[in-house]
Amino acid sequence: MEELVVMDHKDTRSGFGDGLTELGRTNKDVVALCADLTGSLKMGDFKKENPDRFVQVGIAEANMIGIAAGLTIGGKIPFTGTFANFSTGRVYDQIRQSVAYSKKNVKICASHAGLTLGEDGATHQILEDIGLMKMLPNMTVISPCDYNQTKAATIAIAEHEGPVYLRFGRPKVPNFTPADEKFEIGKAQMIREGKHVTIIATGHLVWKAIEASTVLLEKGINPEIINIHTIKPLDEKAVIESISKTKCVVTAEEHMRHGGLGDSIAQLLAEKLPTPMEMVAVNDTFGESGKPDELMTKYGIDTPDIIAAVERVLQRI
Amino acid sequence: MEIKELERLSTQVRRDIIRMVSAVKSGHPGGSMGCADFLSTLYFRVLDIDPSNFTMDGKNEDLFFLSNGHISPVLYSILSRRGYFPTEELNTFRKIDSRLQGHPSVSKNLPGVRVASGSLGQGMSVAIGAAITKKLNGDDKIVYSLHGDGELQEGQIWEAAMFAAGKGIDNLICTIDYNHKQIDGDIDDVLPMGSLKEKWQAFGWEVLEMDGHDFNDIIAKLDLAKSKCGNGKPVIIIMKTVMGEGVDFMSGTHEWHGKSPSDEQTEIALSQLEETLGDY
Repeated sequence: MEELVVMDHKDTRSGFGDGLTELGRTNKDVVALCADLTGSLKMGDFKKENPDRFVQVGIAEANMIGIAAGLTIGGKIPFTGTFANFSTGRVYDQIRQSVAYSKKNVKICASHAGLTLGEDGATHQILEDIGLMKMLPNMTVISPCDYNQTKAATIAIAEHEGPVYLRFGRPKVPNFTPADEKFEIGKAQMIREGKHVTIIATGHLVWKAIEASTVLLEKGINPEIINIHTIKPLDEKAVIESISKTKCVVTAEEHMRHGGLGDSIAQLLAEKLPTPMEMVAVNDTFGESGKPDELMTKYGIDTPDIIAAVERVLQRI
Repeated sequence: MEIKELERLSTQVRRDIIRMVSAVKSGHPGGSMGCADFLSTLYFRVLDIDPSNFTMDGKNEDLFFLSNGHISPVLYSILSRRGYFPTEELNTFRKIDSRLQGHPSVSKNLPGVRVASGSLGQGMSVAIGAAITKKLNGDDKIVYSLHGDGELQEGQIWEAAMFAAGKGIDNLICTIDYNHKQIDGDIDDVLPMGSLKEKWQAFGWEVLEMDGHDFNDIIAKLDLAKSKCGNGKPVIIIMKTVMGEGVDFMSGTHEWHGKSPSDEQTEIALSQLEETLGDY
């Protein structure tokens, strides 16, 4: 990516909704299910255009996951939509047995992930979902960074055979990846090449890493930024290549330290390339009510936290 | 298949169950034996299926989902005797590398199984999903499922019950194995459930009652259930059974829910079950 241009500010959930609408027009096997959050998930257009292929299940997420598993028998491609908390923690056993272990072609689409859903507070701010989903055999875990990428990912996972967890969020954030960029599952995205440190980010933290890079460059630190939109399977080759060059790494995510992207990178590096590493993530605590920006700051996953982590890791080389 | 043959088949299936469980000294014989008559009738007289050409999608075939997966021995015996896989494979039940997992699994592509079950309460939702897909595909075949009575204590069942009636899923016939027993004892001691008939009626289902050990009644009620399909309501059959039916010391008690008979007990049990179709 040569030059980053912020086209507009959009929510990633709208990327999902618009991707789903497009799928409704192009892939007649796609069926959407929702547990009483059609508006929040931006599934209204799909519902309007495809009433026969939209299943409103009501507030019954366990049933939704089971129905989705059953829909695959006969060739449908179900996309379930609810908040990330209700898409994972609430229905873990249903996903484990009826979807992952049973190798069903279900796409679990999860909005309002992380702290940035804001004022609803900790009951809804799941920070463990990536960990829960990546531990499941057969599961692909995707966490795109902006509207365009979320839309492209939504379209791409329909073509991928097997269970997928797609994570996105509520707030409007900079939309900077090209609208026509094809989404390649499992492929790391180089955001900017650098040499002093590798910043590996996912989801909303990719833009925070870009913000951090402008400050770091002023300080004479030239960071390489990699967007890991597919947390599982991890593009190990891209990660190892970058870190072999920079010799140190910072990970950044809107997720718990335990079980998140940083955890995956740490595991990879411990086995294949032990390297000084710092993690920007929520540290073993629940969130709370507040504005998204306030929460990012309070829980240590904002731009200054990335800058500080880079400065710390550079001292460890 | 006529009733005389179904009786002989069910006896052999019960022998298979005892031998499978006894061979590995683990598994769930009680509920398996209680459902042998029903599943024999379903698979050999009712279901429109093609065992020699099993596909996961099962398009234009009836589908069956076992939600109470712990009674896998009866399912495996029936599937093998119906031709989904060789009966010799029953020898591998619960052994390392087997396709016949303790609870049904698709992980090793066992023909006849379309979803894993074992963690209770999930199969009705899956059956509903498959029934919706049949409607979307213009496929007029029927989806069947079987559930334990204790399994009805799982909340997901009632989510599914509310949905199927509310959305008019009328190509679905679910059956409850109502033997009044669960692992810890009688249902009324563990968690009384009141009138199942009234509960399902209140949820908006077509409710039938059936004697799970009377072949005439099983055949009649399955015919009746089929005739009720397409009327805007899902159908549920409350099937009265006896856990452990077929062997005197195993029948009517929860003691054999998840326990294997000893070698001595196995011998006695098999002496009460004639080898009608040849052991595997």
